[in-house]
Amino acid sequence: MDENTGVFSARRAVIPARTLRTDRWWLQPLLTVLGLGAFVIYATVRAFWGAAYWVPEHHYLTPFYSPCMSTACEPGSSHFGTLFDFPWFIPYAALSLPFLLGFRLTCYYYRKAYYRAFWFSPPACAVSEPHGKYTGETRLPLIIQNVHRYFFYAAFIVTLINTYDAILAFDGENGFGIGLGNIILVGNVVLLWGYTLSCHSCRHVTGGRLKNFAKHPTRYWLWTKVSKLNVRHMQFAWITLGSLVLTDFYVMLVASGVISDLRIIN
Amino acid sequence: MSYQGKFRVWRGDADGGDFEDFTVEVNEGEVVLDIIHRLQATQVPDLAVRWNCKAGKCGSCSAEVNGRPRLLCMTRMSTFAEDEVVTVTPVRAFPVIRDLVPDVSYNYTKAREIPAFTPPKELAPGEYRMQQQDVERSQEFRKCIECFLCQDVCHVIRDHEENKESFAGPRYLMRIAELEMHPLDAADRTTEAQNEHGLGFCNITKCCTEVCPEGIKITDNALIPMKERVADRKYDPVVWLGSKIFRRDRGKS
Repeated sequence: MDENTGVFSARRAVIPARTLRTDRWWLQPLLTVLGLGAFVIYATVRAFWGAAYWVPEHHYLTPFYSPCMSTACEPGSSHFGTLFDFPWFIPYAALSLPFLLGFRLTCYYYRKAYYRAFWFSPPACAVSEPHGKYTGETRLPLIIQNVHRYFFYAAFIVTLINTYDAILAFDGENGFGIGLGNIILVGNVVLLWGYTLSCHSCRHVTGGRLKNFAKHPTRYWLWTKVSKLNVRHMQFAWITLGSLVLTDFYVMLVASGVISDLRIIN
Repeated sequence: MSYQGKFRVWRGDADGGDFEDFTVEVNEGEVVLDIIHRLQATQVPDLAVRWNCKAGKCGSCSAEVNGRPRLLCMTRMSTFAEDEVVTVTPVRAFPVIRDLVPDVSYNYTKAREIPAFTPPKELAPGEYRMQQQDVERSQEFRKCIECFLCQDVCHVIRDHEENKESFAGPRYLMRIAELEMHPLDAADRTTEAQNEHGLGFCNITKCCTEVCPEGIKITDNALIPMKERVADRKYDPVVWLGSKIFRRDRGKS
């Protein structure tokens, strides 16, 4: 940052320090970098792995490969048919992963998290940012963040698909059954719904855009419900990163034969 | 339960200044403003500080305590260790007049730029009616005590003096949201928020919400809903097409 602007501007109190905060303000951005970084690395590796994503005996499909659209997908794992043989650089779930990535990249919570942690804009409240100029989301490329609602619509459909996968998983090779994998898949889907429905765009679409609540009682009621979830959007954002990794990791271990599924019924 | 507390207080004016160290008596139950008053009474009678209600309701005593934007009257001394040096400075986003007193006129300029409540032409005063759920929505924003801590902490203007001209700041974008969500307000607030008051500068890093002494969810309930309304109006072709086909602005219904 220029030494003559921002908190060092003329007529402001002359204080040489960029911040006088004495608490550990750097901890939150650091944890964000570590958390998001770890997820991105894991998800990238798994998305291109091309194996250990489907458990044929129990019909477990990891969300990282749903819907599996390549002709190379393992038999039974393609719940919505296949397109063609995907080359190595296209993940099998190429129809859903870019939208899910877009949904999280443009998410109002993640924007806060990565603007702070990766772009230092600002690194923390009342800690001066290092940039000389700032235009925010007024122009390209960041003005594109306004498409968030379209990614929400797409993510809504993908969550429906994940729900369908989780339901199908109760019907394994030997008919109906319940195992630990089912509980993990269902738990993950419930949390994904929590994240998807608590989205700020969802809140806007259901009723937030209304100017007069009293004239639209049903949408107002919906808005109050989404608003209650919306307060927890940040928690859902982090919990679902963990639940996605946990679900995928469990399916990977069972599919590759490292562990066998803990069966409760059948 | 008294102790001698260590304080660093910024003293000076727009031409320059520096920190001065003081040791002051601190008693149980006191807040930082009590200490500043004791400093005035016992050591530096010319120390300038703006204050009024001592109850967190007038919004006068905004300052920064250990680098964090706070109301002096609502910052309890019990939140600090007895051997901790407590640093008190004026808010750093606005020009300083003297010592802890800032010049907050930027905020009044921005307030005047927002057109007042505009009722529909067909209604006369006395005929305005609105339901409780609509009242509650804007009631949250009306808790604002105009302490300007959200304006102070917002990096758009705190770190970029040149943005002050085109950015109204969270407090006044919230005022626009309050009017926009009023069922009887007939003015176009959405386009204005983006084009005239710089809503696009906001990158929703939520510092305004973090520092608000009234606990108003500025980002979630005012700024993001306004951003979504702007997206409706300017960046969503489906909503635009719908408003043309049905010949109405659905956001206004």
